[in-house]
Amino acid sequence: MGTTATHCAYCALQCAMTLTADAGGRVTVGPRDFPTNRGGLCQKGWTAADLLGSPERLTTPLLRDGRSGPFREATWDEALEIVAGRIRDTQRAHGRDAVAVLGGGGLTNEKAYQLGKFARVALRTKNIDYNGRYCMSSAAAASNRAFGIDRGLPFPLPDLAETGAVLIAGGNVAETMPPFVQHLAAVVDRGGSLIIADPRRTATVERATLHLPVMPGTDLALALGLLHIAVADGHADRAYIQDRTTGFEETWRAAAQWWPERVERVTGVSVLAQRATVAQLAAGARGRGAVVLTARGAEQQSKGTDTVTALINLTLALGLPGKPHSGFGCITGQGNGQGGREHGQKADQLPGYRKIDDPAARAHVAGVWGVDPDELPGPGPSAYELIESLGADGGPRTLLVHGTNLAVSSPRGRRVVERLAALDTLVVCDVVMSETAALADVVLPVTQWAEEDGTMTNLEGRVIRRRRAVAPPPGVRSELEMLTALADRLGRGDRFSADPETVFDELRRASAGGIADYAGISWDRIDAEGGVFWPCPSDTHPGTPRLFADGFPTPDGRARFVAVEHRPPAEDVDADHPVYLTTGRVLQQYQSGAQTRRVPALAAAVTEPHVEIHPDLAGRSGLADGDLVRVVSRRGDAVGRVRLTTTIRPDTVFMPFHWGGEQAVNRVTNPALDPISRMPEFKVCAVRLERVVVSQGGSCGTDGDTGPEVSPSRRSRPTADWSEGGSAA
Amino acid sequence: MSRPTDVAPRIVVVGHGMAGARFVQELRARDLSRRFEVTVLGAEPEAAYNRVLLSSVLAGSLTPAEIETVPSAWYAAEDVELRTGVEVAAIDRRHRRVLTTAGEHVPYDHLVLATGSRPWVPPIDGLVADDGELDRDVVVFRTLGDCRTMLARLDRVRYAVVLGGGLLGLEAARGLAGRGVDVEVVHPADRLMERQLDLDAGRVLARTLRSLGVRTRLNAQAVRFTDGWGGGGRGMRLDDGTRLPADLVVVACGVRPNTGLAAAARLEVERAIVVDDTMTSVTDPAIHAIGECAQYDGQVYGLVAPAWEQAAVLADVLTGGPERYRGSPVVTRLKAADVDLAAMGETDVDELSDDEEGLEVLRFADPARGTYQKVVIRDERVTGAIMLGGPETVGAVTQLFDRAAPVPADRRALIFPGVVDAGAALDPADLPDDHTVCRCNGVTAGRVRAACEAGADTVAEIAATTRATTGCGGCRSDVAALLASRSTVEVPA
Repeated sequence: MGTTATHCAYCALQCAMTLTADAGGRVTVGPRDFPTNRGGLCQKGWTAADLLGSPERLTTPLLRDGRSGPFREATWDEALEIVAGRIRDTQRAHGRDAVAVLGGGGLTNEKAYQLGKFARVALRTKNIDYNGRYCMSSAAAASNRAFGIDRGLPFPLPDLAETGAVLIAGGNVAETMPPFVQHLAAVVDRGGSLIIADPRRTATVERATLHLPVMPGTDLALALGLLHIAVADGHADRAYIQDRTTGFEETWRAAAQWWPERVERVTGVSVLAQRATVAQLAAGARGRGAVVLTARGAEQQSKGTDTVTALINLTLALGLPGKPHSGFGCITGQGNGQGGREHGQKADQLPGYRKIDDPAARAHVAGVWGVDPDELPGPGPSAYELIESLGADGGPRTLLVHGTNLAVSSPRGRRVVERLAALDTLVVCDVVMSETAALADVVLPVTQWAEEDGTMTNLEGRVIRRRRAVAPPPGVRSELEMLTALADRLGRGDRFSADPETVFDELRRASAGGIADYAGISWDRIDAEGGVFWPCPSDTHPGTPRLFADGFPTPDGRARFVAVEHRPPAEDVDADHPVYLTTGRVLQQYQSGAQTRRVPALAAAVTEPHVEIHPDLAGRSGLADGDLVRVVSRRGDAVGRVRLTTTIRPDTVFMPFHWGGEQAVNRVTNPALDPISRMPEFKVCAVRLERVVVSQGGSCGTDGDTGPEVSPSRRSRPTADWSEGGSAA
Repeated sequence: MSRPTDVAPRIVVVGHGMAGARFVQELRARDLSRRFEVTVLGAEPEAAYNRVLLSSVLAGSLTPAEIETVPSAWYAAEDVELRTGVEVAAIDRRHRRVLTTAGEHVPYDHLVLATGSRPWVPPIDGLVADDGELDRDVVVFRTLGDCRTMLARLDRVRYAVVLGGGLLGLEAARGLAGRGVDVEVVHPADRLMERQLDLDAGRVLARTLRSLGVRTRLNAQAVRFTDGWGGGGRGMRLDDGTRLPADLVVVACGVRPNTGLAAAARLEVERAIVVDDTMTSVTDPAIHAIGECAQYDGQVYGLVAPAWEQAAVLADVLTGGPERYRGSPVVTRLKAADVDLAAMGETDVDELSDDEEGLEVLRFADPARGTYQKVVIRDERVTGAIMLGGPETVGAVTQLFDRAAPVPADRRALIFPGVVDAGAALDPADLPDDHTVCRCNGVTAGRVRAACEAGADTVAEIAATTRATTGCGGCRSDVAALLASRSTVEVPA
């Protein structure tokens, strides 16, 4: 029996926990005090270990000939030989870029780094991207252009508890990372303000002092209006604007056209509430501080980058970034959403947040990797565009998938499944038979969180240690081992290591001198110091818990106001699709649900997706509480159970996205992309609602048509049937 | 007459106000290859500015420079020729050119009239001097220049009279009062903003304004602006003989569309230039009109939102797009500090006397607190509303009106925020067993009670067995209350 201090398997809060393994290898979870979670855990964290011994765990490589055939078990050698052979065949016939890689924001820094290097050095393909494109990319793009750096929070999380006012645009932490709420509650308990913009009165809003019930897709107009009020009502910090920023005039000119009464009409948020928001933030700015945070609600739009930019502009006008307990932050979602976007999984990046088209960056990284800089491929397409090109003319024909369940998590899901089917070879690494793995030719069973060592970078930018508590089941290998073994078969094995600390030390060298500089962060230091904040350029550097106190990492040291303009959602409601759909999460499930749907306590708590509908809308649509409803867009449909609630706008329905098959709301969502971040518009599209009638025989059809059937039993639990299980990220 | 097709079509915009400036921006946004050669002729010497914000300038919260909408650099960058201080004397439709007052001809393929409107100055003695110009103590409130004039005089103004109790007059009055001027509004109708408000709303508004230092005088006609006031000041005489001191007179008696050019060119003009759904004159397909000088479907709009919609439609039409104008729902919003007023659609409707099927009129009045809310519903849609002093639900009502969306089943939600959801807060001790106490860990009141029965005596012990309170900790007080309520039952008296 041993205990291991580590962090949670799931979200970016990375709650500290202690794992205790008994003699039989059974692991139990206990909370551990840490500045982020302060000893708190949600139900997902408490039950995280239940997946370790799950009967649904994959423990042997699986192969099949042809997608419709059954899987058969194979040895690792056989599986890797086949994968290597398919890679060679594909590249010989169609070129290097014909092999593509999709990664995930849940991978450790070591794995994310190794995956990016594998793509560039072993595969030499430009086609690698990751699911962070669906997560942080809009906030990242906006932060980079304003501050010259993209770190989720500019300060340690406990600073948030000390501030005077918080505005969260499109975030529901009470559901997504419950222990985070402690820091917000501290603000409210002290008499501070907690303001939340959300189309729904969520569990987080229940804790707030002010709710802005913004119409889906109009957060940008709201942000412009808040800046307008800040200036027009005399709250702007003119000295700060003068001394520490550029671009205010043009930005104001755009915001000047968004006077509060106009904003009210577009967003539905009253002038009163807009003014109160700005007054409270300004009061905070004059006192204990003020913070503006964004999360996916504001970011997952086809104008997400500009929406975040508009909110950053607001913080700059109020003079917040760089002041104590103040500034702009983005609430990172995935466990290693931060580190995962820094070290080379992204199509246009090399480790250390370097740009892949920057000759100096290429030379530095190629030097660390021991390859010719000219050998490194250039930038590739973003995740959704990469998926769209799979199996198409000139597109990739073989795909390797690590830590993502794109069949569930990508917009316009049915199209995604078509693209995967068009591939010659699909190889998926996962811990369970995810919906994506179920479509693969080769499935490789890999280690999960408590079975591996490594580092994660949490939502604060603090690099922390993930520690191995138990040995993986026989037959399971880590992705570091897998990639090294595969690289070996591709003739580049000498450049890869399966040892995570060795990989991390190489990552440090590769990141040295980059924006996300990890050079001074060692595993030993993390252990000794309880985590280290990047940038940390040398062994003697203390790390950087707080950014911007002395300047911004831009060429002139100033933050940049960037003028942006509101525009409507890519798809608006009309007579055929008269209702807005927005999507999100429930507390008991994580991402595509591949892991959490297989944890019995969580599966029992939330058995199926629900569709939140206001009673007025339900009444007009002929829907009653508990009915099955089909949510239909121009792209596809999904089925969920009606939950009547007055906490949602009557023109909007909400459906969580943690399920696959006919329960996958991402079959409905819109892949309209942000022009800068390439983020799809998950948060708003136009739908209609159709009641699903369950016939006597148990099969279901939509009122008045003979659509595909939904068996009521399917809504309960993921089954052992591999064709429709759940999955990762 | 038409030129060879390889020459860029020339668009000439007459008017550089809210509509004209918006139009060129909308046009260039759709004309990235700059197929059109664009010239803007603006009579005002200023850069384009945001007229909506003039009341903020008057109130002192914004400077004139801060309400500029399009910087001159934009015109250069977008290759749009902007000529300010240029007035047009005539349109020569036969030769497709306009003649400026300076005698210059400017040829066009498409002429966009965005000439706006001008203040109407009523024939009251003393407002206009012998030279035909306004008296030096009389101003209109229309342009940035007017605003500057007023601001420049402020330190010499103790008393002001505002002629006209419409939207603009009240905004001017509130702005002046906010700057310490003693203001009286003289209004000929029986209520303020009579085109937007019913009688009761007008009364409540007058009361609100009075508390902010703006007096109003209804059913009153000004007859003469005179000198020789007591102490040498000047004053306004009304038809009932009242004399009001006035160092400054602000004329806000409404506007008249600037249609002189169009009428002289024999375009069809009724109240304004008559256009079709492409914002094109029904007389001449090469001439278009947008904004306050345009009349569509019998309507002349005096607000910025319709003007911007029309600008976007015309830009789309000229670049070959499918957009057509269908009219605009009009929401009037008074921009005056500490007065929250929105009015839209039909408001002077009385359900009780009309007794019409499908018609509902909701009304809530609390005049002492400045509140008057009225929502007119026909067939489940909001067709009109007055929301005065009840700002919380304005956004929701406005969106229902704009989108013709069905109203809530419980009509109270339109007026009283949150009332539909507000239940009496339960004492935690009385929570039903199936009520989730700890969301983070999905623990119900029943499970907490069961833990108590099984011997848990403290919150920590309950946490150990149920995990309640171990997430965000927000339910600690509820758990403690459940624990306490049990103890009182358990402990014998």
